[in-house]
Amino acid sequence: MTAAEGRGLERRIVTPEGIPLRIELARAGDRAGGFLLDLLIQIVAMVALMLLAGAATDWEEGWGLAFAFLAVFLVRSFYFIWFEIRWQGRTPGKRVVGTRVMDAAGGPLRTEAVVVRNLMREVEVWLPVTFLLVPHLVWPDAPGWARLLFSVWAFVFLLMPVFNRSRLRVGDMVAGTMVVVAPRAVLLPDLGAAASEATYSFTEEQLSVYGIYELQVLEDLLRRTDALRRDAFEAVEKQIRRKIRFEGEVKPERFLRDFYQALRARLERKMLLGKRKKDKHS
Amino acid sequence: MRGGPGGEVPGLKSTQFRKEREGAWRELERLVDRAERSGVRSLPAEQVARLPLLYRATLSSLSVARAISLDRNLVDYLESLCARAYFCVYGTTRPLGQAVSGFFGSRFPSAVRRYRWHMAMAGLFLLLGTLVGQVLVARDPDWYYVFVDEDLAGGRDPAATTEFLREGLFDGDEHSTARLGAFASFLFTHNARIGMLAFALGFVAGIPVYLLLFSTGLMLGAFSALYASRGLGVELWGWLLPHGVTELLAVVLCGGAGLMLAQALVFPGRHARLRNLAVKGREAGVIVLGAVAMLFVAGLIEGFFRQMVRDQVVRYLVATTSTVLWGFYFARAGREARR
Repeated sequence: MTAAEGRGLERRIVTPEGIPLRIELARAGDRAGGFLLDLLIQIVAMVALMLLAGAATDWEEGWGLAFAFLAVFLVRSFYFIWFEIRWQGRTPGKRVVGTRVMDAAGGPLRTEAVVVRNLMREVEVWLPVTFLLVPHLVWPDAPGWARLLFSVWAFVFLLMPVFNRSRLRVGDMVAGTMVVVAPRAVLLPDLGAAASEATYSFTEEQLSVYGIYELQVLEDLLRRTDALRRDAFEAVEKQIRRKIRFEGEVKPERFLRDFYQALRARLERKMLLGKRKKDKHS
Repeated sequence: MRGGPGGEVPGLKSTQFRKEREGAWRELERLVDRAERSGVRSLPAEQVARLPLLYRATLSSLSVARAISLDRNLVDYLESLCARAYFCVYGTTRPLGQAVSGFFGSRFPSAVRRYRWHMAMAGLFLLLGTLVGQVLVARDPDWYYVFVDEDLAGGRDPAATTEFLREGLFDGDEHSTARLGAFASFLFTHNARIGMLAFALGFVAGIPVYLLLFSTGLMLGAFSALYASRGLGVELWGWLLPHGVTELLAVVLCGGAGLMLAQALVFPGRHARLRNLAVKGREAGVIVLGAVAMLFVAGLIEGFFRQMVRDQVVRYLVATTSTVLWGFYFARAGREARR
């Protein structure tokens, strides 16, 4: 069980080829971080464009103003749409925090979906934020009760991703999309491929103690690269030897590698025959 | 019973399997790396052709690995590689030019046709607002102040002189074209945001959409009644309609799209509410995007044409022409493509 599974952040999608893939939903913090980054880029772009318009034309004359209005509008309304279409569901901010948008059902991410999920930002983010910061822009002289009601509504919209299990914001619901962690895993050397003949060998009885869960814990241990790994090897080696009653002195790492290979060979053979030994208790 | 499994290690099925297939995975990984960095379209043609093949091969490796291998790193790696390749294979969009022509040639008009009753409903609310505004202000000019925002009116209220109102319809000498450009740009961005808001508000069961459309209608009606009372009715509509046909149509489309969302939420029909919302939401998004483009056209007409052309006949001619053009566009465009 991975950490994501434990927190209910895992989803299964079925590709059009009929193979289920595990996808991890993006964390709220990552999404907020990505959004803030994108926002920063947008603001910088807007200011730069305005300065450019001011420098290139006589402001009083009007063309500069026309350009500035259009530029701000384009950046504000189409920044997300443009990038998410060009980069298949990613924006600069999302790239940095390592998230991306995908179709919630596993189909292709369509242009309309991207457009819709980003148009919804208008009510979801801009309207509430404007109201909370400068209420008279949205509704001048709003009575107290209306202000309270609107604030509640604004917060519901802003915090929507926290309220549902799939971390969907309103735009995601309307467009049928979700934001996931961009997958990235590295293929490490195969621990099952023996470099040389095994030094230690084990009996069937000794190998029948552990199951798949323990095998994969051992895999994680053997793949460790930190400074403390030697100590960990020694501790685990002692424990395994006690448990399977393996006599004699051994070199910890060599022993663990051989044990891993032997155990994996046995469990994989069993698996081919349809017997999955989940862990040492089963 | 020493010996035993230890000797069999080199023949581990999963290790052999990995050895045989690893080349294809690495190749796919390189392709995906490059596609993620600079887009699928940056790949040379023969590599683009390899992508789906390698993707399917790796998917099948994944299902084999799940069945025979207990190497967790291997399964995780394949899973993540498949997901990344999946995003490349199924995330591609058509080239922008083709997407744009496909959009305006067929998707947008046929989406509007499919949901014509929603659009009609939105139009009805606008019309209703106009009528109510017209009748109320015609009876009692004080209503005018209720319906029309002071800033928007800019002094054009019942207290203004007829001369002043007339000037507002036919001024334009002091405007340089550049100023008009700024004006057009401002109008477009302002209206486009209103339109998007009308759509987005559909999420709240549509009530704000009705209010927005109705109040826009009220304003329109109030203006009309005021000018009509000074004998300027024909002139006012000549001033409003050249761009208004396009603009009001676009606002109605946005409102109709908002109603689609509202309907999907309140009456989900056969699907689950959330799924239905997603399906309808995307179609509504097509309509809103098209409407924003229409508002751009309207902004140009409003900013330039209205201020520069002061001839009544030409104004009405443009209004009629744009009505006919839009009518023809929404009735016909993209019909052949769907067959």
